[in-house]
Amino acid sequence: MIKYLKTVDSEWYKHRLAGVMFCIMTAFVLLFARLFYLQVIKGDEFRQLSENNSIRLQNTEAPRGLIFDRKGKLLVDNRPSFDLSIIVKDAKPIAHTIEKLSRYVKVPEKDLMSKIEKNNGVSFYRPVMLKQDIGRDTLGAIEVHKFDLPGVEINVKPRRHYVNKHIAAHLIGYLGEINVNELKSKRYLGYSSGDFIGKFGVEKVYEQFLKGKHGGRQVEVNVTGRVVRILQTVHAQPGHNIFLTIDLELQKKAEALLNGVAGAAVAMEPTTGRILAMASSPSFDQNIFVSGLSHEEWNSLVNNPLRPMENKAVQAEYPPASVYKIVTAIAGLEEGIIDEKTTFYCPGHYRLGDRVFRCWKKGGHGSVKVVKALAESCDVFFYQVGQKVGIDRLAWYAKGCGLGSTTGINLDQESKGLVPTAAWKKKRTGIAWQGGETLSVAIGQSYNLVTPLQMLVLTSAVANGGIIYKPVILQTIKTDEDKVLFKSESQAIGKLPASSSTIEIVKRGLWEVVNTRKGTARSARVAGIEISGKTGTAQVVSSDISETDSEEEREYHLKPHAWFTAYAPSDDPQIAVTVIVEHGEHGSSAAAPIAKELIKKYLSNDKPGNRLKAQRGATDLQGSNIYVR
Amino acid sequence: MFDRRLITNFDWGLLGLTLLLGALGLIALYSAAMAGISTPQKIIYIKQLVWYCVGLAAMVIAFLFNYKILDRWAHAIYVICITLLICVIFFGKHIGGSKRWLILGPFSIQPSELVKIAVIIILSRYYSMRGSTRGFSLRELFSPLLFTAIPFILVVKQPDLGTAMLIILIAGSMTVFAKIERRSLIYSIASCAISVPLIWFFLKGYQKQRILTFLNPDRDPLGAGYHIIQSKIAIGSGMISGKGFLKGTQNALSFLPEHHTDFIFSVLAEEWGFVGSSVVLLVFFLLIISGLNVALKCREPFGTILSVGITAMISWQVFINIGMAMGIIPVVGIPLPFISYGGSSIVSMMLCIGLLMNVSMRRFMIE
Repeated sequence: MIKYLKTVDSEWYKHRLAGVMFCIMTAFVLLFARLFYLQVIKGDEFRQLSENNSIRLQNTEAPRGLIFDRKGKLLVDNRPSFDLSIIVKDAKPIAHTIEKLSRYVKVPEKDLMSKIEKNNGVSFYRPVMLKQDIGRDTLGAIEVHKFDLPGVEINVKPRRHYVNKHIAAHLIGYLGEINVNELKSKRYLGYSSGDFIGKFGVEKVYEQFLKGKHGGRQVEVNVTGRVVRILQTVHAQPGHNIFLTIDLELQKKAEALLNGVAGAAVAMEPTTGRILAMASSPSFDQNIFVSGLSHEEWNSLVNNPLRPMENKAVQAEYPPASVYKIVTAIAGLEEGIIDEKTTFYCPGHYRLGDRVFRCWKKGGHGSVKVVKALAESCDVFFYQVGQKVGIDRLAWYAKGCGLGSTTGINLDQESKGLVPTAAWKKKRTGIAWQGGETLSVAIGQSYNLVTPLQMLVLTSAVANGGIIYKPVILQTIKTDEDKVLFKSESQAIGKLPASSSTIEIVKRGLWEVVNTRKGTARSARVAGIEISGKTGTAQVVSSDISETDSEEEREYHLKPHAWFTAYAPSDDPQIAVTVIVEHGEHGSSAAAPIAKELIKKYLSNDKPGNRLKAQRGATDLQGSNIYVR
Repeated sequence: MFDRRLITNFDWGLLGLTLLLGALGLIALYSAAMAGISTPQKIIYIKQLVWYCVGLAAMVIAFLFNYKILDRWAHAIYVICITLLICVIFFGKHIGGSKRWLILGPFSIQPSELVKIAVIIILSRYYSMRGSTRGFSLRELFSPLLFTAIPFILVVKQPDLGTAMLIILIAGSMTVFAKIERRSLIYSIASCAISVPLIWFFLKGYQKQRILTFLNPDRDPLGAGYHIIQSKIAIGSGMISGKGFLKGTQNALSFLPEHHTDFIFSVLAEEWGFVGSSVVLLVFFLLIISGLNVALKCREPFGTILSVGITAMISWQVFINIGMAMGIIPVVGIPLPFISYGGSSIVSMMLCIGLLMNVSMRRFMIE
């Protein structure tokens, strides 16, 4: 202790305590004075205010931003919803008021009372919601009898309205009430329970732009709860408007074409990555989510075997089947295993060890070069290419083509697909890779899984000469006052692992798929437009079939998925389309016609320049039959 | 070993005032939790009762040992508290948009309450060791600045602006008490005056908004501004004699936000009126005077500065909390000592009173 006393002694500190004492006294004098002012001088005034309980807070909800297509056609807006609520304290005598109200609203008294009782715990000075979105007639009746209905309030609230029922439901998404976990998360800071937030699709990913800012008023009310004076107002700020890259007309066409089947159709501009249409079937009506759907309704949507709630374009994974031959061809050409002239003979099957691998064409394709192999989708050709490339190199090319990882589209729950390698299988199953499996992989079967969107991005990359674009759905974000806040730019995220000569060869193959006599997608020919593409018929893994299925269902589940991926016009690609029809059997018959119609629709829409260019190519096709579905 | 003078020097006044405040607090909390609400939150009241008992135990522990060992343990205590604060960042629980709580089995503690005490102890050690009549120079003030800045930043991150500011105020009060060299004082005031506009310049728009609202609640008429009006109505409507126990209407309407924590004074003033509120203010005043009295009677610097630090903490909290409820200070979430609901606050406050008693009863040990 001695060391302390060397510097200062305690007497010195005592001196300084006087100063502290002075500060404390001042502070307390201030507090006492304020207390005296509030309670004694202004006491009467405040007592009055408290007895009328007259200062209230009223919230005004911000209208959510609107959503448009690329041409400014309205997809989603808000319409006024008249919500009926009651402030129990003002609604005296309550039984009387409720009785009358029940007559106008045509809801039994019992139901109204139970709503009030359920909210008893909150506070009887706060409005209790009785019925949302009452009709205009009811609204009229209540307005007329307003003075007979003390404490009854009608609030106008903007309510989400999806203009085109079922159209682009998966892409646009829907709203729902914020749940407990979301409230806790950082992403939804500043939200309170009862708020509606985007739960899926564009509504979810662009929530922060769409939501706007709530406003409100501080008001003084009289004894019956009517506003006598507005003290303060904070205006609600509407959310920003979002313009998507999709074309509403094309989207509608895609949905119409998919009607009655399960599957997906996606289209994009191959030179920018802008999505033109994204349809997933079956669809659902987003409007039912706005009013809140019952447990049964929700369950029937979720348990539907055709998975209407899933955006099949980005979430569903399928074996790529023959569409994968694009990858195998690139790998073979780039590895120097084949060149344009390399010929294999296809007798209709290929023997590896003691196993026989069949070509889809029983009689075989005879002598096949790579272009013809793509055009006629010869399995035997690609068995041999795949076998020589080897599984791990093949996987390397597949990954380079964008498979096995998400495309980066700004949508929730995008699937990655699967690119199998020897190491992956060993780790997953403990069993070493079998040579035969490489053959299956080479024609897109086995463990391979892709999403339709991945296929679309790959097709676009081939079409544009090798650049992999990130698919985008957002064109611009504009404020309420039409000021551009954000404009999305096309973003190249990679290059195909292929030289331009390789890509040229593949493109020739894809052209022949549609435009030669033996091509697998002759049916996709359109007068005046040259299309290139690739069909696929994906064998279904038997786990889809359950014991309880009826004979008919079992037959449906055994049918392969139908793929078609294409771009057009062949020499100047404006649109790339990928279509999958679940259990559609053949790519050529089920998927190709859909892609064809979409291409036709898009290119004949408002692009006279393209039509001229395409006319030129059409002369080559003269004389051949045009397939009409 | 046991010295009878420990008993004779025991500060019965401090104990009495603390128990009185605790009793008043429980009554006010009972009102806040039970009155007018159809689903009484009895659990709050019982929990608080339990915390008072824990607090009393903490108080007893805090005066059993000789406080001078705190001098030696200052750094260790400080490091432990800072570690707890860092733990909050990683394992803390999110409640209402901020991360302040650590969950330890059935309890959740708020390390920011404890860190205030740690800062007081470590600064007491530093200032008592180096104090001189000429005051501290800027260079000597570097360490105290660091000791304050670390918890400040950690607490701001939570974010808990109120407690962060409190740490600054406590440290500032202790520093001024220990005296700053005249020239250094001028320098530091000048540099503050220059840096404030500079910092303002670098803040983002929404951060500026938040600070402006903090300074002027009327900017946010739907949030802070509304709370202040309701709180003023509650207090004012109590008039001279109050509306009576459990008869407060503002409270019952759940118009008062956080009525059992930050705005408990409004509940109490509404029901007990000017008479009752004055008594509460008076008891706080006497408690603070008793704290200063401990500092005055203590005959060595560590104990003196420690007592001043603790008293400063209590004073600032009382002043800010009640000042806020009456609308003379911006809206800050700071609990009213001994009265607001909250285990960490109660226990840390009782612990502090225990330390004051400790200093008081061992004052004879220095000659």
